Amino acid sequence: MIPAAFDYARAASIDEAIELLGREDSKVLAGGHSLLPLLKLRFARPSLLVDIGRLDDLRYVREDGDRIGIGALSRHADLALDPILAQGCGLLARTAGNVGDPQVRHRGTIGGSVAHSDPASDVATILLTLDADFVAHGPDGERTIPAADFFTGPFETALGPQELLTEIVVPKVEGGRYLKHVRRQQDWATVAVAAVRLNGDVHVGLAAMGATPLRARAVEQAVAGGAAPADAAAHAAEGAEPPSDFAGSAEYRAHLAQVLTRQALEQI
Amino acid sequence: MKISITVNGTEQDADVEPRTLLVYFLREHLGLKGTNVGCDTTSCGACTVLLDGESVKSCTVLAVQADGGEVTTIEGLATDAGLHPVQQAFHENHALQCGYCTPGFVMASVSLLKENPNPSEEEIRLGLEGNLCRCTGYHNILKAVQAAARAGA
Amino acid sequence: MSILGNRVLRTEDDRFLRGRGTYVENLDLEGAASITFVRSLLAHAKIGGIDKSTAEAIPGVRVLTADDVDLPTFGPLPFGFPDDMGRPVVAKDVVRFVGEIVAIVVSDDRATGADAAELVMVDYDPLPVVVDPQEALKDETLLFPGAGTNVAARTQPPAANADDLFEGCDVTVSGTLVSQRLAPCPLEPRSTAAQFEDGRLTVWLSTQTPHQDRDAIAGMVGMEPSEVRVIAPDVGGGFGAKIVSSSGLTEEIMVSWLARELGRPTRWTETRSESMLALPHGRAMKLTYTIGGSKEGKVLAYKLDVLADCGAYPTLGAILASLTTLMSSGVYDIPRLEAEGTTVVTNTTQIAAFRGAGRPEAIQVIECAVDRFAAEIGMDPAEVRRLNYVGEFPHKTASGANYDSGDYTGALDLALRSAGYEELRAEQKRRRDEQATKQLGIGLSSYVEITNPLGEGELGEVEMTAGGEAIVRTGSFSHGQGHETSFAMVVADRLGLPLEKVTVHKGDTDEVASGTGTYGSKSLQIGGTASAAAAETVVEQAKQVVADYLEANPQDVVLDKGLGRFHVAGTADPSMSWEELATRAEGDGRLEELKAANEFKGQPTFPFGTHIAVVEVDSETGQVELQRMVCVDDAGTIVNPMLAEGQVHGGVGIGVAQALYEHYTFGDDGTPLTGNLVSYAFPSAAELPSWETIEMETPTPANPLGAKGIGESGTIGSTPAVYNAVVDALAPFGVKHVDMPANGENVWRAIQEAKA
Repeated sequence: MIPAAFDYARAASIDEAIELLGREDSKVLAGGHSLLPLLKLRFARPSLLVDIGRLDDLRYVREDGDRIGIGALSRHADLALDPILAQGCGLLARTAGNVGDPQVRHRGTIGGSVAHSDPASDVATILLTLDADFVAHGPDGERTIPAADFFTGPFETALGPQELLTEIVVPKVEGGRYLKHVRRQQDWATVAVAAVRLNGDVHVGLAAMGATPLRARAVEQAVAGGAAPADAAAHAAEGAEPPSDFAGSAEYRAHLAQVLTRQALEQI
Repeated sequence: MKISITVNGTEQDADVEPRTLLVYFLREHLGLKGTNVGCDTTSCGACTVLLDGESVKSCTVLAVQADGGEVTTIEGLATDAGLHPVQQAFHENHALQCGYCTPGFVMASVSLLKENPNPSEEEIRLGLEGNLCRCTGYHNILKAVQAAARAGA
Repeated sequence: MSILGNRVLRTEDDRFLRGRGTYVENLDLEGAASITFVRSLLAHAKIGGIDKSTAEAIPGVRVLTADDVDLPTFGPLPFGFPDDMGRPVVAKDVVRFVGEIVAIVVSDDRATGADAAELVMVDYDPLPVVVDPQEALKDETLLFPGAGTNVAARTQPPAANADDLFEGCDVTVSGTLVSQRLAPCPLEPRSTAAQFEDGRLTVWLSTQTPHQDRDAIAGMVGMEPSEVRVIAPDVGGGFGAKIVSSSGLTEEIMVSWLARELGRPTRWTETRSESMLALPHGRAMKLTYTIGGSKEGKVLAYKLDVLADCGAYPTLGAILASLTTLMSSGVYDIPRLEAEGTTVVTNTTQIAAFRGAGRPEAIQVIECAVDRFAAEIGMDPAEVRRLNYVGEFPHKTASGANYDSGDYTGALDLALRSAGYEELRAEQKRRRDEQATKQLGIGLSSYVEITNPLGEGELGEVEMTAGGEAIVRTGSFSHGQGHETSFAMVVADRLGLPLEKVTVHKGDTDEVASGTGTYGSKSLQIGGTASAAAAETVVEQAKQVVADYLEANPQDVVLDKGLGRFHVAGTADPSMSWEELATRAEGDGRLEELKAANEFKGQPTFPFGTHIAVVEVDSETGQVELQRMVCVDDAGTIVNPMLAEGQVHGGVGIGVAQALYEHYTFGDDGTPLTGNLVSYAFPSAAELPSWETIEMETPTPANPLGAKGIGESGTIGSTPAVYNAVVDALAPFGVKHVDMPANGENVWRAIQEAKA
C-alpha cells in the first residue's frame, strides 16, 4: 500500500521535464493512475518522479484540417465531453468515457495511458486502430512516432528514457465501434475489438490479445478481399498470442475476439 | 516537500514525504478520519473525496499532486444547517449498514449528481462502478441517489 | 401503537454519514508501535533461515521470529480435530499457506514497517504443495506428518449405509457441484490495537465476537479474562470471517502480546492484498449428489457426499460440513436420506464461516439436484418442488433437524405470482423457438436454513438512568446490522419510552458482562429476546418501587406504555413517568432496582423462502446478465422491515456474486491468482439489478418475539436460483451443468462440452 520512497520534482516546462528525466530510474507522473498503482504494490521503484501535471499547455483538443491534435495531458473525462472530439472522432471520445470508472477518468490522461502501454488499454487500442501519430519531445528535439511503431511490448514503448509524449494526432473519422467484453464494468478488457472505416479501408484493432494492442491484419485483409463479416472475423486471433489469466483463458479470448470482431464488422 | 492544500475550506500547510498518499495525508496529518482505506488497487472507492470539485480516489493521488488544490472530504459536506441532501437521502433510504464504504459513496454520488443532475437508474449504477459495498447489495444506495436527485442535490 | 414492525430509520447513522465512525484504524493511540507481518511467499516449505540484519539496520526497527515469540500453538479448536493441527502463532519450521506469518516487524510508523518487511530475507526449502482437496484426501503430501492424515474432520457416518437407498426409484440423477471458494471482502480490512497498563491488557479489535476473543487472547497470552479488556468499536463488516477467536487468526494475538512484551501500545491494519491472503475464506465444498424419485415427481431418496476444504489449519470452517449435511434435504420431505462429509486441510488460506456457513452449500446442491430431477422427468421445476415440500410443522428431517414453522407452498406461490412466472416461460419459449442468440433462463430456489444453529444464549441487560432513560447492554455485536436501532425498538416497546431515550451499548467486555457475539443470524432472536425480557423485568421491578411511592399495592400498578407513565389501575392520577420515578429512586438509593439482566438461550430457528432469478445468456460469448431477482423471505415476526430488507439485499448481493462473479483461485503451486480486488471479481452496482423483495411472516414458537434470523437468508436463497436460471437458459444446448461462477468463460465451456 505504501510506495517505496522516491524523490519528486515538478516540471514547469517541457524542457525542464526532459532535463529531469535525465536522471536514472526516473518516471513521468501525469494523472498517476497507471503509475501509482504499480508503486503502491512496489512493482515499480523509480528513484525520481517527474510531475508534469502542471503543464497546462498540454491539455487541449484542436482541429487541424482533417486531423485532431490532442494534448497528452488531456484527461479521459475531458475527452469524453469535448465537443470537437465528439464531432470529429466520436469513437475515441466514447471510448475515453468508458475507461476505468468516473474517479479514474477525472485523473487519468490519454498520454499516461498510451505511454504506459498496457496490452489491454482501450485508448491505446483505438489509437493503434486509427493509425494515430504520437508526438514526442526529447533532448534531441521533437519527433513523430506512428502508432504502428509505438507499442513495442508489454508496458514498453518506443519512447526514449528522456522523451515526453506531448501530443496525439488522430484522423477525423465517423462512426466506428469499440466492443469491450469485461467481467465487471470497472475491469480492463478481457478482450476488446475496435473497428472503423478510414479512407475506404476497414481497420480492426484488438485489446488484451497479446503483448501489445494489436491490429488484426488478417481480418483487415479478408475484408479488403470482399469477405463477409463472419468469414473475416474467423481470422481475428490469427497471429495473436492471447494471455491466460484471471479474466480468461487464451482459448476463450480467441473465441471472444472472433465473436466481437464479427459483431463490430456488422455494425460499422 | 512543503505543500498547501485547502481542505474543507481551510488552508492546510504541511511538509510531507513525496510518497505520502492524499488519503493518508488527510487521515494522519490532518486527523480527518472519515475517508477510509478499503483496498490497495484503486478498486473500491472507499477513499473517494472531491479534488477541485471532482471525485477522485485519494489513495491514488499523492498529497504533493494536490498541492494548491481544494479538497472536500465527507467531514466537509454537512453544514450547521444540517446534513447535505445526499447524506440525508442515504439516511432516509437505509443506504448504509456498516458505514465503511459510505463516505466514499456519498462523495462519489455528490460528484455524479453535479455532472448529471437527473441520472437514470443505469447511469447511476454505471456512475458508481468505481465504488464497492459488501453490506447493502447497492439496492438502497441506488434509491438514495435517486431521492437526492429528486431533491435537487 | 407499537413501534415494532415499523420501518424505523437508524439511530446510528449520523456518525457514519459524517465520517465519524470509530473503526479501530481511527483510534488515536499515542506512541503506538506499528506492526507489520512478513508473510510466506510459498504455500508449503520448510523455513531454512531468516536474516533480519538488513531490516534491523533501519533505525527504530526490530524484527521478531518464532524463536522470539513465547506463545503456545493456537488451537486446534475443541471440535475433535487432530491435536497436531493447531496453528503456530508465527510459523516456526514450516509454512503451510501463502500468507502465513513468518516474522513480525516492529517500527515507529507504517511506512518504515513496509520498508523493513521487504528486507527480511527468508530461506525456504520448498515442499510438495497440495491445493486440490481431492488430492489432499489421498494423504500423499501431508501438511501435518504427526497427524498422519490430511483429514481434519468427518461428519458422523450415516446410521445405515443402505445399498438399497434408491430402490423403487423410476429415475435417479447424479452429479457434482462445486461451491467454489470465496473471499469475504468486508470493506474494512482487519485492524487491531493494544495497550498494556497497570497489569491490564486492552485490545481494540475489528471483530464480531468481543467476549470470545477476550477469552481466547487471555488464554493465549497467559492472563485471566478479567485482566483483559476487548473493545470492539465500529466494525466495517464481518460476514463471519471476523469471528476472530474461532477462525484461527493469530495476528490479533500477536499484536496483543506485543503490547505487553514491548511495554508500548501496538497497532496493525492489514492491507487489502494482505487481507485476501490472511482473512479466512468461505465455501470451498465439492458436493456430490444422487437424487431419486418417481416419474410422477415424488422425490424418494437423496444422497450427498461433501468434500470440504478447510485450508491449512482447521478452524470453525472445518465443522461446516456437519451443517451442510444437517440441512441437506432442504425444504423437502425426503424419507430416505444419507449425507456425510469429510473435511481436509490443503496448502491454502483457512476457511471460516462466511455468510451462510455450510447452509448455502446444502441448498445449492439440493436445488440443483431437484431441477435436474425435474428436467429428467419432464416436469416443471415449480411443480416438482410443490409436490415435495414439508407441509406440517414442527418437522424433523431424516438428518435430525427440527424445523419449527414454515409455509413453503405459500412462499412459492407468492414468488411465482410476483415474478409473473407464466409470462416468463412464454417469453422463454418465444426465444427458444426463434433460436435467439440471447436466451432467457428462469431459475427457482426454495430454501430453508438454520439460524442460531448452535442453540446459543445471549445476554441482554436494561438499566434506567437517573434521568429516566434506558441503557441496553447486550453481548450481541452488530457490525452493520443495526442493533442500536432494532434492540432499542424492542426495549422501547416494552418500556413505553420513545426510541431516542433508549441507547444500546455493546462491544466493550468491561461494560457488558458476557456475550457470544453476532453470527449465525441469531442476534435479534436471542439478544433481542434477552433485552426484551430484561426490560419486562425492569417494568415489574419498577412497579414495586412505584407502589411504594404511590402507596399502592404492587399488583395494582400498571404501566401505560403509550404515555410512558405508571399509575394505579382504574385511576389515571396520580402517575409517575420513568423520569420522575428514576429521579426519585436515585435520591432514595433505589435506582439499582430499575436494572435487570436476562440470559436467553434459544432453540435454532428455520427461516425459509423462494427466490426466482431471471437471466439473459448470450450464447455466443457466454455472458450472463441477471435481469431480475424476486425474493420471498420469511424470517418470522419482523421487528424492523427496513433493516430486514437491508439484510436480504446485502445477502442477495453476495449470493449473486457467488453464482456469477467471484472465485478465489490458486495456481498448482499454491500461489493465489485472485489476491486483490482487480483480479477477484467483487461486483459493483453496475453488475447487478435492483432486487424485488417480498415479505412474509410465519412466526416461530422458539422465542417470545416470534423472530427467526434473516442475515444469511438472502445469500442462501439467491445463489441456487441464479445458478438454476443459467442452466435453464442453456437447456436448448443440451447443457445440464455449469461451473460456478457462471461467468462468460464457464458458460461458453459448458456449451462447448455439451456440443462435443
